[in-house]
Amino acid sequence: MTTGIILSVKALSIQFDNRSVIRNLSFAVDAGDNVAIIGPNGAGKTVLLKALLGLLPYQGEIHWSPGVRLGYVPQKVAADRQMPIRVRDLLAAKAHVLKLAAGSVEALATLVGLTPEVLNASIGIISGGQFQKVLIAFALLGKPNVLLFDEPTASLDELAQEKVYELVERLQREQHLTVLLVSHDLSIVYRAANKVLCVSKDTVCFGPPREVLTPATLEAMYSAPAKFFLHQHGEESAPPQTVTSHD
Amino acid sequence: MLYSIILAFLFAVAAGLVGSFALMKRMILAADVISHVALPGLGLAFLFHFNPLLGGGATLFLGTLLIWKLQRNESFSTEVAIGVVFAGSVAIGAALTPTEDLVDAFFGKFEQISGFTFIIGVLAVALIVFFIFRYKSALILNLFSPELAAATGINLNRLNLLFLLSFSLTVLIGLRFMGALLAGALIIVPAATGRRLSNSIGVFLLASTLASVLAVGIGFLINTYVFRSLSIAPTIVIVSVLLFCLSLFWPKT
Repeated sequence: MTTGIILSVKALSIQFDNRSVIRNLSFAVDAGDNVAIIGPNGAGKTVLLKALLGLLPYQGEIHWSPGVRLGYVPQKVAADRQMPIRVRDLLAAKAHVLKLAAGSVEALATLVGLTPEVLNASIGIISGGQFQKVLIAFALLGKPNVLLFDEPTASLDELAQEKVYELVERLQREQHLTVLLVSHDLSIVYRAANKVLCVSKDTVCFGPPREVLTPATLEAMYSAPAKFFLHQHGEESAPPQTVTSHD
Repeated sequence: MLYSIILAFLFAVAAGLVGSFALMKRMILAADVISHVALPGLGLAFLFHFNPLLGGGATLFLGTLLIWKLQRNESFSTEVAIGVVFAGSVAIGAALTPTEDLVDAFFGKFEQISGFTFIIGVLAVALIVFFIFRYKSALILNLFSPELAAATGINLNRLNLLFLLSFSLTVLIGLRFMGALLAGALIIVPAATGRRLSNSIGVFLLASTLASVLAVGIGFLINTYVFRSLSIAPTIVIVSVLLFCLSLFWPKT
């Protein structure tokens, strides 16, 4: 298993048509980290993930440590749901491109909890929750050690959201994954992440949630009064080291 | 005539396979446009009496590269460009082609082909079939999500170019006997029929190919035994349209 720094980003800048989306961003991710990427709409969270995946041109430096295999769960897939492609066809296609062993699709379906009925269903008729599971299964084919997750639950109801997060947490434990998660849901960020990266025009912060997610930074980042406050199990102004004990 | 008939059937196979992916890529109208791009080349060939396939092939190849370039340039509307290229090709083709050859250029002419042309045709079909089956998985991923396909390590530019080239090659094989106006039809209509009858990719490819081969087969039979005076290309296309109409009665899968 890879240990130590798995990703280092230095002075990353991304522009579209002369409009600067990300400016001079630097951070590092350790193997096994669960990094939450937060920020207001349009701040460039998805753009950042795509740059990390090598799908977009950028300036600066993105360095993945050798042996890293990336899995990517996009925010949405604009696939034509009318296409005559079954879930099984889709997963088998990726397995074929990656030259994976026969049976890897079935093994993964079991791991993620895709039933044979869903596997044999056309991608056009499965529910949003099942579709999300399919995307996760798709990302996990090829045994990635880093999972990039773009708002995995944005279109799901709360029960389905909960199931997706449980799945991700279980996978992270069992598969020793490093996770980079874009999320709007700060309660999820608190629950799952050990590091938070804020992406917004003026504010950039990076560190453990309890240090980074103060009402002041949230307000600065979202340019509006924060509606979320940390439920501290101590004094309001307690220094960070005192809140680590009860975890 | 045996060579011509065999090659017509092989063309049907290639058209069914390529058409299935073209339909899923929503490139069905491109089939028409790409075949029309052959017209100026055909016109030049008729005018200066050289092999029509050479002329048609040359402009087809240029047109393919142009469409590929346009697809990469997202800021420019492909639809607009295709519309302009389409109109321009038909007009230039019509202006160049001597009047007495116009009908042949547009609607095709079934004629004897040389052993050499036959072998080239067979090799071309083999290449197309090989491409479709070799890159089937990559094509499916690209259809589902270009982004996820790229993240999986597929070179989308190369894949799109190879697909467009197979597409044009298919048009080129059918160009002489189907004509520039109808060469694209056998890519479009059988795939639409196949889509009606299937909801998995394997069945879809098979159904489109069968619909295409059936259209050519029935077209030849009608032409040989019933309406001898009809030209072959319109007969084949009418049969394939009728097959599509029949498929509408099939319970939706």
